[in-house]
Amino acid sequence: MASPPGAEVCKRSGRCSGRSASGSPLPDRTGHLAAEPADPARVSSRQRQRLRLVALVYSAVMAENLVPNLFLELYFVLQLLTARRMVATGDSHPDPGPGAPDSVGSPLFRNVHDCVFFAVQVLERQLQVLSYLDKGTLKLLAENERLLCFSPALQSRLRAAYEGSVAKVSLAMPHSAQAVSFQPETDNRANFSSDRAFHTFKKQRDVFYEVLREWEDHHEEPGWDFEKGLGSRIRAMMGQLSAACSHSHFVRLFQKQLLQMCQDPGGAAGVVLGEAPDVLSMLGADKLGRLRRLQERLLAPQSSGGPCPPPTFPGCQGFFRDFILSASSFQFNQHLMDSLSLKIQELNGLTLPQPEPSEDEGESDVDWQVRQNGGERRQFAVVMLSLRLLAKFLGFVAFLPYRGPEPPPTRELQDSILALRSQVPPVLDVRALLQQGLQARRAVLTVPWLVEFLSLADHIVPLLDYYRSIFGLLLHLHRSLVLSEESEGGMCFLNKLLLLAVLGWLFQIPTVPEDLFFLEEGQADGLEVDIEASGRGLDSVPVVDQHLLYTCCPYIGELRKLLASWVSGSSGRSGGFVRKITPTTTTGLGARLPQTIQGLQAQLAQAFFHNQPPSLRRTVEFVAERIGSNCVKHIKATLVADLVCQAESLLQEQLVSPGQKEGDPAQLLESLCSQLCPHGAQALSQAREFCQKKSPGAVRALLPEETPAAVLSSAENIAVGLATEKACTWLSANITALIRREVKAAVSRALRVQGPEPAARGERRGCSRASSLAVCAAISPLPQPQPQPQHDSSSLCSCPHQDVLALAAGPRDPEEGVSPEHVEQLLGQLSQMLQCRQYLCPPAEQHLAKCSVELASLLVADQVPVLGPPAQHQLERGQARRFLNMLLSLWKDDFQVPVPLQLLLSPRNMGLLAATRPRQWDLLLFLLRELVEQGLMGRAQIEACLGSLREAQWPEDISKELATLFSLFLAEPHIPEPQLRARELVQPNRGTVLAQS
Amino acid sequence: MILTKAQYEEIAQCLVSVPPTRQSLRKLKQRFPSQSQATLLSIFSQEYQKHIKRTHAKHHTSEAIETYYQRYLSGVVKDGAAPVLLELANEMDYAPSLMARIILERFLQEHEETPPSKSVINSMLRDPSQIPDGVLANQVYQCIVNDCCYGPLVDCIKHAIGHEHEVLLRDLLLEKNLSFLDEDQLRAKGYDKTPDFILQVPVAVEGHIIHWIESKASFGDECSHHAYLHDQFWSYWNRSCSSYHVTMRKRMGNQQSY
Repeated sequence: MASPPGAEVCKRSGRCSGRSASGSPLPDRTGHLAAEPADPARVSSRQRQRLRLVALVYSAVMAENLVPNLFLELYFVLQLLTARRMVATGDSHPDPGPGAPDSVGSPLFRNVHDCVFFAVQVLERQLQVLSYLDKGTLKLLAENERLLCFSPALQSRLRAAYEGSVAKVSLAMPHSAQAVSFQPETDNRANFSSDRAFHTFKKQRDVFYEVLREWEDHHEEPGWDFEKGLGSRIRAMMGQLSAACSHSHFVRLFQKQLLQMCQDPGGAAGVVLGEAPDVLSMLGADKLGRLRRLQERLLAPQSSGGPCPPPTFPGCQGFFRDFILSASSFQFNQHLMDSLSLKIQELNGLTLPQPEPSEDEGESDVDWQVRQNGGERRQFAVVMLSLRLLAKFLGFVAFLPYRGPEPPPTRELQDSILALRSQVPPVLDVRALLQQGLQARRAVLTVPWLVEFLSLADHIVPLLDYYRSIFGLLLHLHRSLVLSEESEGGMCFLNKLLLLAVLGWLFQIPTVPEDLFFLEEGQADGLEVDIEASGRGLDSVPVVDQHLLYTCCPYIGELRKLLASWVSGSSGRSGGFVRKITPTTTTGLGARLPQTIQGLQAQLAQAFFHNQPPSLRRTVEFVAERIGSNCVKHIKATLVADLVCQAESLLQEQLVSPGQKEGDPAQLLESLCSQLCPHGAQALSQAREFCQKKSPGAVRALLPEETPAAVLSSAENIAVGLATEKACTWLSANITALIRREVKAAVSRALRVQGPEPAARGERRGCSRASSLAVCAAISPLPQPQPQPQHDSSSLCSCPHQDVLALAAGPRDPEEGVSPEHVEQLLGQLSQMLQCRQYLCPPAEQHLAKCSVELASLLVADQVPVLGPPAQHQLERGQARRFLNMLLSLWKDDFQVPVPLQLLLSPRNMGLLAATRPRQWDLLLFLLRELVEQGLMGRAQIEACLGSLREAQWPEDISKELATLFSLFLAEPHIPEPQLRARELVQPNRGTVLAQS
Repeated sequence: MILTKAQYEEIAQCLVSVPPTRQSLRKLKQRFPSQSQATLLSIFSQEYQKHIKRTHAKHHTSEAIETYYQRYLSGVVKDGAAPVLLELANEMDYAPSLMARIILERFLQEHEETPPSKSVINSMLRDPSQIPDGVLANQVYQCIVNDCCYGPLVDCIKHAIGHEHEVLLRDLLLEKNLSFLDEDQLRAKGYDKTPDFILQVPVAVEGHIIHWIESKASFGDECSHHAYLHDQFWSYWNRSCSSYHVTMRKRMGNQQSY
């Protein structure tokens, strides 16, 4: 069946620039001309009849899904509704003569009045679909003055639908690039074949994020080109992924990052305008909401490319697409396809919780609601959006080698390509998955991602037998999704609407042959699956809401834009509509207000989960969900049951007491409820207590034994917080209703026992709205923010040693020097530090050991520049000896690294001694003997050093003295009186003494 | 501790072409008595390193090396005990330790058959006693102990300070009862790049969420923030999360820690 001629007008082009065959006047929507007023009175009665008839047929065709794309038809109808005036086409016919006014060939729409009349007629019959659109669209429709003028009844129903709607849809796609965290189980060295592969991957990870950040910073700049900017770097990186296992690692990272950045599960806290969160928190929640809407208006593309745009890769998806294109690596593509296929199968097969058939109506109802609050829908949305993203990229990569802008030019060429392609196995057996999905009644999950996959196919794909059969199945499904049929256990309305929208979109994609929809009809018989199979599947669960619908099908939003541009009257300018924007400022930017504790806590919780294995988060959420649900059950079994008992006894009293016997049951119920409902307030404190008591144990039981204590306690606290929040949110909204219902049941039971009078009269009045009990605040689950750590550095081992050494080595200013107290203090500190050892590391200790030996050399050579009266510029001998003793004890007891004592006799240090006038050898001899005595150096070692010293080139006199020293050292193995011996060496004219000896 | 940008710039201004000696540091201390020696030294060291990075190349041309070497030789022939090398370095506005390295390398080239390996040179700089020429050994030693910005001694001091700050940071974390994994534990778990500490439970400081801490124990000027960001911090971000925290000995007031 063909769609009406008008629909063709806007079908492919998305705007009314086509020409109808008859050359009749066309509705014009370009805003150059002022809109012509439309008047129902100016539609002739004959024309009315004719338009009504066509509208009837048209609506029936739409209702039976005989048009490929429902929303495209609605778009067309709204275009008619908002047509500004009729413009004559170039070869317009002269007005048909009065003799043949109704001939089939004569134009259906002669003027704006006809257009609007027809549109309103159709809209009246599409009210059901319209009422499921988002609130904004409903408002614009309800406020449309033409609609009001032509059908006040429709207008009032639309207004009612608008007022009852809660479907506020925001399409801003916040994203904040968070990196995939390092997970030791999959990322550490054990997962790589070699150290090299591990380190290569380490570098790749950094390059990948560098490229990603650069893209984030630059891709919006005019003139920036992905390939030019990043292409060579990406290819260089891919070139390093030689081993197959590195490819799989990189693909895992790529896929995780893709999922993390591109899917938005229900707009969790995203970054607004890239501002720091602390600046934004100053605005407050209300203003922040407005800011988000403003950002959405400014940033969301004004038009998503008409009501039927070709597949695109918006936002971050563009990065991943361009990355694949620039990498142009066969291995990468193959690994990516493998990985995507696996993940798709995994997610597609995921058991999504379904409402269990319940023995007790109330129970399952409570459960369901708790879970709905807790994100049953969210869970579905996350899985479905992930699947769509993965399938889109799978389709993109799989069909990449075949894709071209044009279909094959000739029939023969096409046949040969078909013969070639039909023997290639599909990358993923999507037909089997579709069949399984249909059988298991999970079409609402399977079909949306399959559509994404197919939307990226090339022109040949729909002609291949395998994919043709898939299209056959989809067409069959499309036909079966009649919106007006609502059966017990059937598919939910919004689920159907989503499937109709995505399928309709697919049928209009350029690569799908235009006639496919009309020609393939009935060929699916062979493959027919029993879609009507009984049993409840995901399809019958209301998992789709407007937000998901609009997220999956942003082009539905075109309806709203169309209506909005009518209001603003500026449809000519890319459909932009102007509304007042009130400027606001973040007052007091200077004084930073503290962030709200809850906001910070939520961020901390997010941050906490981010670095932990994903199973931890799942566990915590699972526990919170179950404990929250159990909590509600528990309250019902205890608090509510108690209240019911009280109610029964109160009732008993009233029934027994004379005079009350004939009371109205409804009044009776009211009085009981007013007495008992206030007790419901206890539910919140009891719930808090319950969650506090039960959650930690459950978390502890489910997490690994080895979980660190701090992680465990944070996880427990978060679980308590979440469970409490869930339970309290539900209870505060529903506890009164619950008590009422239970009390009512008890009353009617009691009355039934009492007497025959029907207690059912007051029942219809039902439950009052929830009492406005305050929503409890979550218990803070994490340690309070810590003040920034401050410390006083007690740097013990830093530069004083260097200073002394540098002073000794010179050059020094005349006033510079070291006091003996300073040296003593230095040695004391050194000893203290060596004993404490807290701040020591081996290299530092080695250096200190070396410095201490240098200091000893300086002392021996009397080269320490002492501060004091100019006459006495040298250290007193006794003092020097004391310091040497201190050093000896340091070397002996405190150093744990080997001390390079042989340096004492290095030519350089000996040179120090040789340079002094007059030379004094006693301290050196003393030191050497002490070293031997204390076991710090062996005699043989010292002899060897002295031996090699003598080989060096020395002036004559020093050589002699060295020889004497050597012989003295050798001559006195037991050092009976070292001091005496030393003194002997220090005679004023020591040279002669030495010479004589 | 936080230093204002103006204070920092005032200090940095005083450090334009000042030799890295203790005398310079003493003057600096007299000029800014309110700042601790550690802070001043850290800033001095960083400013000086920036200066050296800019001028490094011109001291390593073969002509420059030859000129320095000849000047050194003629200097020590005149008086081997005078601080020839140190004064040459100061005159050329180059770090004494680095000047010592240039001369040592040149010297060894002349006296050995094979060109000296890096490790041999490093070991001689660490222990000048190994230098075959006694005069040069003394000259080199003098350069190293008089250089407060470069050289093996300074490297070791920096290393020790870094270690000390890590220990202090660990003590603070323990004292505040924060649960963390340190570098060794992370390495044992197989992390490829490791900050000093990853907090097992993140904390918030001044409204920023902190996942991990890296102690740098040096002055955090803009330039070093930037360099560390490139060399290390992005790597951690790539593996961990968007927020990090770095403790520096001092940090400029208007600088954000992310």
